[in-house]
Amino acid sequence: MTQTQTTATTEGADNEICLEARNLSVRYGKVQAVKDISLVVRARQVTALIGPSGCGKSTFLRAINRMNDLIPTCVVQGSVRLGETEIYDPAVEVEALRARIGMVFQKPNPFATSIYNNVAYGPRVQGLVRHRRETDERVEKSLRRAGLWDEVKDRLKESGTSLSGGQQQRLCIARAIAADPEVVLMDEPCSALDPIATARIEDLMDELRARYTIVIVTHSMQQAARVSKRTAFFLLGELVEEGATGEVFTNPQDERTLNYVTGRMG
Amino acid sequence: MSGLLDLVKPRRSLSRRKRADRLFAACGAGAVFLVVLWIGFLFASLLVRALPAMTAYEIALTVQLEPEQIPPDNPRRGNWRGVLAQAVADLLNAEAQTLDAELIPSERVAAKLLLSKGAAAELRSLVIKNPSWLGKTGTESARTVFLPVSDSLDQYAKGLLVPSTQDGALVSPKTAELFDQLRQAGVVQRKFAWRFFVRADSRFPALAGIAGAVKGSLLAIMVCLFLSFPVGVAAAVWFEDFAPEGRRTDLFRINVYNLAAVPSIIFGLLGLAVFLNFFSMPRGAPLVGGMVLALMTLPTVIVVSASALRAVPSNLREAALALGASRQEAILHHVLPYALPGILTGTIIGLARAFGETAPLLLIGMTAFLTSVPEGISSPATALPAQIFLWADQPERGFAARASAAIVALLIVLTLVNLAAILLREKMEKGRSR
Repeated sequence: MTQTQTTATTEGADNEICLEARNLSVRYGKVQAVKDISLVVRARQVTALIGPSGCGKSTFLRAINRMNDLIPTCVVQGSVRLGETEIYDPAVEVEALRARIGMVFQKPNPFATSIYNNVAYGPRVQGLVRHRRETDERVEKSLRRAGLWDEVKDRLKESGTSLSGGQQQRLCIARAIAADPEVVLMDEPCSALDPIATARIEDLMDELRARYTIVIVTHSMQQAARVSKRTAFFLLGELVEEGATGEVFTNPQDERTLNYVTGRMG
Repeated sequence: MSGLLDLVKPRRSLSRRKRADRLFAACGAGAVFLVVLWIGFLFASLLVRALPAMTAYEIALTVQLEPEQIPPDNPRRGNWRGVLAQAVADLLNAEAQTLDAELIPSERVAAKLLLSKGAAAELRSLVIKNPSWLGKTGTESARTVFLPVSDSLDQYAKGLLVPSTQDGALVSPKTAELFDQLRQAGVVQRKFAWRFFVRADSRFPALAGIAGAVKGSLLAIMVCLFLSFPVGVAAAVWFEDFAPEGRRTDLFRINVYNLAAVPSIIFGLLGLAVFLNFFSMPRGAPLVGGMVLALMTLPTVIVVSASALRAVPSNLREAALALGASRQEAILHHVLPYALPGILTGTIIGLARAFGETAPLLLIGMTAFLTSVPEGISSPATALPAQIFLWADQPERGFAARASAAIVALLIVLTLVNLAAILLREKMEKGRSR
């Protein structure tokens, strides 16, 4: 445990701030889903958001890439900064923002098109690729980073939906990183997968954090403990505690966190 | 032990429940049986009635197209009746040995008794299409043509009419006997009624066909498709993806959905008042018919498309948007293609309904009696269901079979359209299995 803490501090030196939420509140109509949360996410490490169902962790995640904009009754107050940019600034184009913040969903959701086109979609709509060769390179690079290249390199033209569940989710990760985002948001990415596929995704996160800042929402505390460097515990829309993962799980400062991580609540 | 017995030997109430279960299933099977029986009866009776319209009795005549009868420079003004009377008289003379002498009618009435009233017009149009036949004399001017026999004889030969000596009878026993002898001599032959498939309407059953009505219907349906499909899908996309939530949108939605239940004749009245009277568009044109049918089909297309769009998994839309696609890109690239099978099925079913619609066409004049196939969407035309209505209303017996045959044609077209819709949906749904 002490070891975790030491690594945290040594790496903390060059840990620039990637995302910063300040007094963020999200309401759906009259329901307050996220209450006045301030949270700092540091670059190139995995931050896990844990908490019982309905605690606002997914809403918080979706506030980061403004997916909540799609819900007409949703009102967001406060500020979220990506680097120097305030993402709720009216001048920010949400399409451009989402190119910098990729997202992986709970259920694998590949498009009903070829594996190749699935990965190429993001770079294409963002105008990052001009001709076939650039697209080919980017597709291969993304699939390699997602650890899927060796399994699909001979069948890039086959439908993305023909893959197994775990492969589909890795395809979705490849798709999310194809446009070179800074941040990858993962909303319970393993909840629909079997333990072996889950282990592969977790290994993958370990590799990806060298390049990307990862924010993962998970219901599995073991997963949070395995993959994340820092953990934030949400309860009833509030941020109860945030700290180094080992610290949160073994020596929580708040009684509610203790109750949750020891299984007495949630 | 008693617990096991309870399972092996069911209690009384359970056997009663099982009996009710069997009865329930039998009711369903009985209902299906009734439906199949009813449809089978309908189809069988239509086919039996339509069959006579598939063949026609024709008489082989050698006509002399002499210049003094038919002026080559203006064949329309020729003495076509005279040519036919002469041809019939020649035929009866030539066959004199095989015919009973007392059966042969006088030259004056022979052509009238044997040939269809439309024979002269038929011969004229045939010759006008072949101008090289004209301007010759003697034996060179002779041509052998097949012309339809009179409607009454056609009906008699098909067993639909019994000869009678009564006053006002359509066929006398003498004429019937003469006809039978001509058949035996091979001068009268039963042929496939090709005219039914390539001709427009006519006053004479032997010359009337469905081609005009089919083309009119197809033109109107094309106009209907090109109007209702894009407008309907666009409206559905707006309702599902862009409409602000609130009372005003709900009001729009309820209004559109209610339009789907408005009786079709109301749309006909609207077409009459707006398109014909206000905008002075051509009466009876497939363009106007298609516009009226599009108004009628539009609510159906909107309702079906909206529900197909609603059935698209939300994670598909989210996946595209999360990659930085705009709403338009997400809809055009992913949502619409996914919803397309449902949208197309609904549209085709809406079009099939419009194809069989008569009431709105009555009001905008697409029920006119027209003897030529319409040329385009702005020329007067009639539609297949309107043609059925017209023929079913005719006193001549030959039209009854044609009405049935036209109904069969309509049903075949509708069946093909529905089949295409089902195949299309299955093919597209296979492509999106997830």
